[in-house]
Amino acid sequence: MSISQKMNALWEYANPRKFLATTERALPFFWTTAAIATVAGLVWGFFFTPDDYRQGSTVKIIYLHVPAAMLAINCWLMMLVTSLVWLVRRHHVSALAARAAAPIGATMTVIALITGAIWGQPMWGTWWAWDPRLTSFLILFLFYLGYIALWEAIENPDTAADLTAVLCIVGSVFAVLSRYAVNFWNQGLHQGASLSLDKEEHVADVFYYPLVLTIAGFVLLFIALVLYRTGTEIRARRTKALLARERVGA
Amino acid sequence: MIPDLGKYADTVLSAYAISILLLVALVVLSLRRGRKVREEMERTEARLTSRR
Repeated sequence: MSISQKMNALWEYANPRKFLATTERALPFFWTTAAIATVAGLVWGFFFTPDDYRQGSTVKIIYLHVPAAMLAINCWLMMLVTSLVWLVRRHHVSALAARAAAPIGATMTVIALITGAIWGQPMWGTWWAWDPRLTSFLILFLFYLGYIALWEAIENPDTAADLTAVLCIVGSVFAVLSRYAVNFWNQGLHQGASLSLDKEEHVADVFYYPLVLTIAGFVLLFIALVLYRTGTEIRARRTKALLARERVGA
Repeated sequence: MIPDLGKYADTVLSAYAISILLLVALVVLSLRRGRKVREEMERTEARLTSRR
């Protein structure tokens, strides 16, 4: 199959009926694997890993903080891609997928901020510092709130999709900053990445493997939630259209 | 069963409690709204079909 044929096959999922039928079949797999990987990763990390020689038992917070922070950023990037698809191709499913993902990303950002503050207090001696990464994460959270509020505030769904897509493009600057702030400005309290392709840079193996499992669990949970919530948005949109048709016909 | 978390027990346990609570709330609220919207759509479709 050529690349253009593969792309055409992909666009078939822009059809709401096709999307719903496919996700109905796929969702049990994603819910199940997400639950298994998340619970297994957290249990492994919490019960069966040692304390860190410097951070003591607080190192166990890594199994929540890192996956949540990764998803907080990548959720916004997923919303950016689906928003661009909406702006270019006008596929409603992609706009609704972005809308469905926003509360998930906002929750992940809150988890990353709260666990970071709880972890930072004993390690840095403060709950909060205006460090580049922390600040860009807080701004990213405000963008999530603004994005959700904008969808709710505008009655016309196409106008809402257009305006939220533009907001998403602007907010992407902070999503990228949240990821690379520690590399751009070497002045904050936050340390560098916990995971890296360079094995020398990331955490010790005893923490690394349960962390990877937990990240896999969070990613699967994210996929399950986005697919499920997009289905909900498609149904809500159809109900709204049916009611509008009923009013016109009455 | 709970490992010895030493002087950071409150710190670690509160981080886990808040995060798990938020994750469970996200899943439960998503499922609840999904069920409600699906029922509403099916009711509307059935009503419109019966009128034809």
